[in-house]
Amino acid sequence: MKKDMTCVACPLGCQITVEIENDEVISVTGNTCKRGDAYAKTEVKNPMRSIHSTVKINGGNYPVVPCKTSGPIPKGAIFDVMKEINKVTVDAPVKIGDVFIKNVCDTGVDIVATNNDSGK
Amino acid sequence: MYDIAIVGAGVTGAMTARELSKYNLRIALLEKCNDVAMGATKANSGIVHAGFDAAEGSLMAKMNVEGCAMMPDTCEKLHVPYINNGSLVVAFSDDEMKHLEVLLERGKANGVPEISILSKEELLAKEPNLSPDSFGALYAPTAGIVCPYELTIAAAECAVSNGVEFIRNCEVKAVETTDTHLVLETTQGQIEAKYVINAAGVFSDNLAAMAGDDTISITARKGEYFLLDRAVGNTVSHTIFQCPSKMGKGILVSPTVDGNLLVGPTAEDIDDKTNVATTNSGLNDVRKYAVKSVPSVNTRNAITSFTGLRAHAAAHEFIIGVSEKNSRLINAAGIESPGLSSAPAIAKYIGEIVKSVFGELEVKADYDDTREAPVRFRHMTDEERAELIKKNPAYGRIICRCETITEGEIIDAIKAPAGARDVDGVKRRTRAGMGRCQGGFCGSKVVEILARELGLSINEITKFGGNSNILFEKTK
Amino acid sequence: MLNYDLVVVGGGPAGMAAALKARDCGVEKIIVLERAETLGGILEQCIHTGFGLHYFGEELSGPEYAAKFIDMLKDTDIEVKVNTMVLSVSDDKVVTAVNTVDGLIQIQATAVILAMGCRERPRGALQIAGTRASGIMTAGTAQKYVNIDGYMPGKKVVILGSGDIGLIMARRMTLEGAEVKVVCELMPFSGGLTRNIVQCLDDFGIPLKLSTTVIETHGKERLEGVTIAKVDDRLQPIPGTEEYIECDTLMLSVGLIPENELTKQAGIAIDNITSGAVVNEMRETDHEGIFACGNVLQVHDLVDYVTLESQIAGEGAAKYILGKDSDEKVYINTTPENGVRYIVPQKVNIKSKEDIKLYFRVGAIYMNKKLTVEVDGNIISSKKKVKLAPGEMENVVIPADVLATLNENSTIKVRVEE
Repeated sequence: MKKDMTCVACPLGCQITVEIENDEVISVTGNTCKRGDAYAKTEVKNPMRSIHSTVKINGGNYPVVPCKTSGPIPKGAIFDVMKEINKVTVDAPVKIGDVFIKNVCDTGVDIVATNNDSGK
Repeated sequence: MYDIAIVGAGVTGAMTARELSKYNLRIALLEKCNDVAMGATKANSGIVHAGFDAAEGSLMAKMNVEGCAMMPDTCEKLHVPYINNGSLVVAFSDDEMKHLEVLLERGKANGVPEISILSKEELLAKEPNLSPDSFGALYAPTAGIVCPYELTIAAAECAVSNGVEFIRNCEVKAVETTDTHLVLETTQGQIEAKYVINAAGVFSDNLAAMAGDDTISITARKGEYFLLDRAVGNTVSHTIFQCPSKMGKGILVSPTVDGNLLVGPTAEDIDDKTNVATTNSGLNDVRKYAVKSVPSVNTRNAITSFTGLRAHAAAHEFIIGVSEKNSRLINAAGIESPGLSSAPAIAKYIGEIVKSVFGELEVKADYDDTREAPVRFRHMTDEERAELIKKNPAYGRIICRCETITEGEIIDAIKAPAGARDVDGVKRRTRAGMGRCQGGFCGSKVVEILARELGLSINEITKFGGNSNILFEKTK
Repeated sequence: MLNYDLVVVGGGPAGMAAALKARDCGVEKIIVLERAETLGGILEQCIHTGFGLHYFGEELSGPEYAAKFIDMLKDTDIEVKVNTMVLSVSDDKVVTAVNTVDGLIQIQATAVILAMGCRERPRGALQIAGTRASGIMTAGTAQKYVNIDGYMPGKKVVILGSGDIGLIMARRMTLEGAEVKVVCELMPFSGGLTRNIVQCLDDFGIPLKLSTTVIETHGKERLEGVTIAKVDDRLQPIPGTEEYIECDTLMLSVGLIPENELTKQAGIAIDNITSGAVVNEMRETDHEGIFACGNVLQVHDLVDYVTLESQIAGEGAAKYILGKDSDEKVYINTTPENGVRYIVPQKVNIKSKEDIKLYFRVGAIYMNKKLTVEVDGNIISSKKKVKLAPGEMENVVIPADVLATLNENSTIKVRVEE
């Protein structure tokens, strides 16, 4: 099986083709550097993404407060994580770094506040 | 029971409401949209025509010349900007020069003061940016410009302050005629009135037909425009017409009272009376024909484009008077250009008709034909601004950066009689969102202020009523 | 009339960095005037990450990046007035502003830094035909509704313009449950970062249609759909390629315009390409003591570079205020050539004793080309670049020792070449 992708390791954006057989990477072509090779292999095996959203806040200056994953999560878990984020309501005050959800969806990653809201 | 229900809060309906509000009558002003001035009035050229276009001896000619003469005083009383900039009909051939003679004679016959024909040299001296291909022009110094919706808003405010009830989102669905009055089935319930004034614009034939008068036929005639940035607002100082054709007065180029440059309209008869979409072909026509008279007009300077509908009656004549088919229906139909110019005269004329059907009417002792001048922060000196903010801090918060509009002015617009209920309503009353960024910065703030002042949540706020909501549900 | 050494107009990343730098350089009485209710500018609504990699060496969200500067400001005696709109900056550096608390404020400044940022290009400028339904908004406005106000501005979305804000919003809307149907880009290439194309579009299967634009909007009250079409190489729609797409929202991400109304009012010279002020290497405009930095000067690709540029302006203003700027000033223009659209600064003082970095963007995508700097006919550097793209700012350095050899007739040229 062949998989095409755009490398994001640098702004160059190489078009990379990865050949896979029995879950093993056979070849990586189209990349111009080693970082591209590494990127392609991770993308095929276990693509990771950081996401960001907001959670509802009670008593804040705004109705929602922004948050992010404290590190990358598996790409396939994005919408499951969003479901968890959408369930949360927090109370003001909130400080950057406050943990809203610990170990979200067993990813080992937390959902943390990315802005301050001192409350009304 | 109302004495009078006026159907349609365009410039004709609102000016008529103001005129009639001087009498001891119970009056309702019904509007199917969420605001006044939402039909033909909202999107037109804003020209106060001198009066040489309409046929000699026509009601249209009479109303136009009278209305043009009344406009400066009307605008002064209502605190609506009016500029007497004069108009020029430019000819581009010998044939067209001959046509100017026809217009000149007609104008004189209609009683238009001070009109004359200018030579090419005289013309270019007045307007150096006009095409060098021009041959000459008909000059009408009494013509002017006014903002059509500001005039309507002000007239409606004045009418409501004098006791008229403004009922919005009130579309007439059926009319029943009894011996003593008319019953209007509306989207706001039943409304009874002894007399109904039909100022329903492009729908005035439909309304008349509901009341049993099938003598009127109105075609919606679409006109597309560009509004250009103030940076090019002084390209011309007069209103520049091309020689008229069957479909209207051609593409005009005119300054606006707000300092922009208006270019348009096209003229296309359409079937759907609610179709106010601009089209690529229409806008291309505007681009193409505007440069004929003013070569430097470049629609790359456009800040917006829009379409207006004219209520065109087959005979191209105003239909004003008691219906021949229903004595409780007073028509004010077929009010297309020069309807805006004629509005003060039409209102007065309808006032006379109303007096004749009611017999003697007394003018109320407390009748006030003025409207208080709205606060216009952008036109104030720094000293005036400082004073104003001391009195009310809301004038110290600028919401619209491009046009320098304060929160205080927006609140005023919402709280005014017949005030704004939606984003476009705020925009028309205050100019917030009317500038270069077209609401990019202030739009969401206007939504917030509307929600707060009207006690609604922000996803209930609309752009212009109906289902034009701006936001869906909460994200969380 | 109040008196300040330095008035900074705008409390976004540019204004904050400039004020802090000026303070560090010894300027005493500084005030920052911000029109919004908080400091931070547009960063407050940019809740996605990707900020700060260059400047802080960590990947931050917009509010986090802003918070670092807000905290630094709090630890200084720099005064801040929020909810304060500057109405004018006069020739003699009197700044007039209003707010609800102080009313009308007039400040005599020794120096002024303009840091008003930029705004989005609206629909009118695009002249898309069709109805005036609700649901047509700039991507930035939509971003504020979703990220700050917590409301969905749409369910079925078409995005016109593949600049970074458009791409970011495609992902934000998708994460919040909307369906993003397509991103259309008028040009044959995207102006956005590759990473954003991959992680905001490809990840969610959102198609990016290049050389495509929206030619008509439909729907009388709420938007009901748009017609898109392919464009030819003159960017004109190609008849027969029209396609109707049902949507309730059209987001526009079609470019940013530096917000230079105050600058123009003050009569400061503007560069037609950047739409920002013409400045020297200290980011001083043609009005002595009035500086400009950040997106009001040139639209940047990364906030990190806004910070760096604003520090240059802050230092420049400090030198001006403290009388430490170069006694001798001999300016020559920098000249963008083949492929290079503009250069900031537009002029440099050849008596400057320090290296000068020139920032610029190219006008198209170039592969395997060289960026060449020519001074007085001599090529002083020629760097091979695998890829140059309009979406990314580039820079070259004019070393101080080269500057020292120049005279008032000297030339500095930057170009793309084989």
